[in-house]
Amino acid sequence: MTAVTDLHEGNGHSGPLTKADFQSDQETRWCPGCGDYAVLAAVQQFMPELGIPPERIVFITGIGCAGRFAYYMDTYGMHGIHGRAPAIATGLATAREDLSVWIVSGDGDALAIGGNHLIHALRRNVPVKILLMNNEIYGLTKGQASPTSVVGQVTKSTPFGVADQPFNPLALAIGAEATFVARTLDRDRHHMTDVLRAAAAHEGAALIEIYQNCPVFNDGTFFALTEKETRDANQIRLEAGRPIRFGSGGERGVMMDSGGRLRIVDVAEVGEGALLVHDPGRGDPGLAFALAKLSADVSGPTPIGVFRDVERAVFGRGSAAAGGAASEDQLAELLLGGSTWTVS
Amino acid sequence: MSKVVEERERVIIRFAGDSGDGMQLAGSRFTDATAVLGNDLATLPNLPAEIRAPAGTLAGVSAFQIHFASRDILTPGDVPDVLVAMNPAALRANFGELSRGATIIVNEDAFTKRNLEKAGYGDVNPLDDGSLSEFRVHRIPMTTLTTRAVESVEDASTRDAGRAKNLFALGVISWLYGRPTEVIERWITGKFGERPAVAKANLAAFNAGWSFGETTELLSVQYRVAPATDMAPGTYRNITGTTALTLGLLAASVRSRVPMLFASYPITPASEILHELSRRGRHGISTVQAEDEIAAAGIALGASFGGRIGVTATSGPGMDLKAETIGLAVMLELPLVVIDVQRAGPSTGMPTKTEQSDLLLALYGRHGESPLPVIAPSTPGDCFDAAFEAVSLAIRYRTPVILLSDGFLATSSEPWRVPSVADLPAIDPNFAVAPEGEEGWQFEPYSRDERLVRPWAIPGTPGLAHRIGGLEKSDRTGHISYDPKNHARMTELRAAKIAGIADELPPLRVDGDSDASVLVLGWGSSYGAILGGARRVRLRGEKVAIAHLRHLNPLPANIGDVLRSFDRVVVPELNSGQLAQLLRARFLVDVESFTKIEGQPLWAPEVERLILGDVEQAATSTNGGGAR
Ligand code: SF4
Repeated sequence: MTAVTDLHEGNGHSGPLTKADFQSDQETRWCPGCGDYAVLAAVQQFMPELGIPPERIVFITGIGCAGRFAYYMDTYGMHGIHGRAPAIATGLATAREDLSVWIVSGDGDALAIGGNHLIHALRRNVPVKILLMNNEIYGLTKGQASPTSVVGQVTKSTPFGVADQPFNPLALAIGAEATFVARTLDRDRHHMTDVLRAAAAHEGAALIEIYQNCPVFNDGTFFALTEKETRDANQIRLEAGRPIRFGSGGERGVMMDSGGRLRIVDVAEVGEGALLVHDPGRGDPGLAFALAKLSADVSGPTPIGVFRDVERAVFGRGSAAAGGAASEDQLAELLLGGSTWTVS
Repeated sequence: MSKVVEERERVIIRFAGDSGDGMQLAGSRFTDATAVLGNDLATLPNLPAEIRAPAGTLAGVSAFQIHFASRDILTPGDVPDVLVAMNPAALRANFGELSRGATIIVNEDAFTKRNLEKAGYGDVNPLDDGSLSEFRVHRIPMTTLTTRAVESVEDASTRDAGRAKNLFALGVISWLYGRPTEVIERWITGKFGERPAVAKANLAAFNAGWSFGETTELLSVQYRVAPATDMAPGTYRNITGTTALTLGLLAASVRSRVPMLFASYPITPASEILHELSRRGRHGISTVQAEDEIAAAGIALGASFGGRIGVTATSGPGMDLKAETIGLAVMLELPLVVIDVQRAGPSTGMPTKTEQSDLLLALYGRHGESPLPVIAPSTPGDCFDAAFEAVSLAIRYRTPVILLSDGFLATSSEPWRVPSVADLPAIDPNFAVAPEGEEGWQFEPYSRDERLVRPWAIPGTPGLAHRIGGLEKSDRTGHISYDPKNHARMTELRAAKIAGIADELPPLRVDGDSDASVLVLGWGSSYGAILGGARRVRLRGEKVAIAHLRHLNPLPANIGDVLRSFDRVVVPELNSGQLAQLLRARFLVDVESFTKIEGQPLWAPEVERLILGDVEQAATSTNGGGAR
């Protein structure tokens, strides 16, 4: 953990940063019980750890319930337009290398109207951290199907059930050449903080999918993973360098079968040595992709944690806009261009 | 053999050939030599719409026109005096625009049966059937002569010979108009320095063309166009609208000391701006080729939020996509420069053809009340000043600004007097900082100064952390607000801020005869044609006044008075009357609209005819009294 020093720089405060330094004076306006509250609290709690003064942190959001996130952080922030947060953040991060830029988006914002910007921000490896609050529904517009709503899901816009195949956000991100891909849960502050920490340490673009409960329009979707009675049986916690095991006694695990497919197995049957050892730093994205696709839906065993964390050139580093303007001499030379003549 | 030298005041030459014939190169090199000679000039390329249209067809014809003279000129000219046609298609595509007595120089070798057929001449050769009898036609076997000249060059291939015939043609024309050979020779040596055989082949072709002119009896007269004497003293260069525009952006970055981030998506003809700026990485400008037009605008706006100058450029269709981001910039009150190099629409329309049909889109093409400054350059060189001003307004008023250029301005060129850096005004970004030692001070991001401008508080500034967004905000504090009265007030404040820019604008200037009954009012790229048309009219002894709008929003404060002080006001535009409609609505003046929607620029003779018609009509109605 980074040493926390006095980072208030002329704010009139002193002492180490705390959660309170990141709480704005705006009243939070999500529905009671919304998973967004837990995410906000976890992020505010984690921020001091970054060791960056609040004025050098920026939250850019899109439209949707998650879009309000920017107003609640006492940092710089912009509540942009639907789907465009990755584009706006790309400009900001390219122009200002000294900032820590965070995006908060939702499944409709990031994967429907803003899909193009998301995949290109990931492909370019723009230095931004993207929190994708996935609740598998449109909340702000009151309950229509989203690109992650599951087949058969009855919503206001799909009274006979969703017919089309949903996106798997992590598989999409890996396909888009993302260098950091992770998943966490709104109801597990500890896990979420670990994932935030890993994302913050990553140099390029980081995508964190957060399974977020929407009690109003899609309640309980992720309960198999988050509730006490079922979570041990269903959370497959990925840990770097460790065999992938889960279950209350670690009795189950993930192995690759002879056909190259990942399978969930009983450890007693196959032996611990047969289990897949998790390596998020693997250059080839194949295994991360297979893990992302391991569970067909979230009612059964599902991996969480950091799926992929690899290094690649970071977009915009050393860009001219992040430096200074040209000099007057440089300008004078450019104005003259190649061949000139004089009229006297 | 001694040849007669005749003086000419002005000449218009059009180089035309297949897109593979290198006509743009021949034209640009001729332009360089002409500029060095001190003639005033204007140029305009005419490129085929398809990248690889079938060779030899009309669709594949590429042309470059240059107008040069011993006195100041205003447009690239309409009707060429000389047509260089490298194949039958080039002749056929341009023939209709020639007036009787014009000179036609053809590559005779290209007039084969097959090429004639491809050009649609069937089995009739226009060189032989008498259809060109009213023109001065010079048939030169350019392919043969070029091949012969290049044969003697060691290591040069037949392919090199085939590709050098444009330089042969350039040699002939350079001789005909007494252009200095060194400029072109130096260019060839510099360009092909790494491939000596190609350089030599091209030099051989160029020199062969020149000697052909000098020795052949086909060409008996050489023409002289004296250097222009009516140009203001200074250092000049030839410049296209695109280059001038990019330099204007750069200059504004230097004079504000604010680095720039330019983001755009490839689109014809605006892409050239991206190409030019992408070479300026060492000059405080970053470029991002975005994933789409929307992202390009968003990336630019993100940079502006970060305290940089965010600029995006596009053409017609891209403007539709940028609208939501421009609206956000209006709400955020952050600087953003949006360049629209207008082209013929609607939809994909005619991408390579010019038009002024995005005016009302620029003014009103966003949801909600979202006023912003709109400015338009009038000549290629003026693109420098307009771009500089766009950045200046955006920074000083924290607002998106739309700059309306067009395909004609972007691609045409003229001599440009290079400004001195010190003469360019400094632009103060006036970034906000927190006051020192004031207990309990609270930053208000939507407080305003006397010009109603809000602070530009950029991330990284201690004590000013704040959140902004597209939701309506409370006056001063910037908090989200749904209060009815507050929304009305904020709408008024945003509008008043933009309208207030008129206070710093120079009044609309009226040129020509102040006692004329007719005023021709234009905007944007039609300036040269309007001025030229007015000059022709005044040479005939008639009176006319002209005025030209740089600022489309806000309009200069005196425009209403100007409009009302003439009997008739004519507004020529390359659209269906958008400015005219606006003026009628705003000032209740019976403005007469002249429209041209052909994808072509406006030409001086058209304006001349237009004014003459009006002058006569105006005279009739005044003299007519009650007789009717
Ligand atoms: S609609 Fe759902 S996601 Fe939105 S605030 Fe309410 S509970 Fe949260």
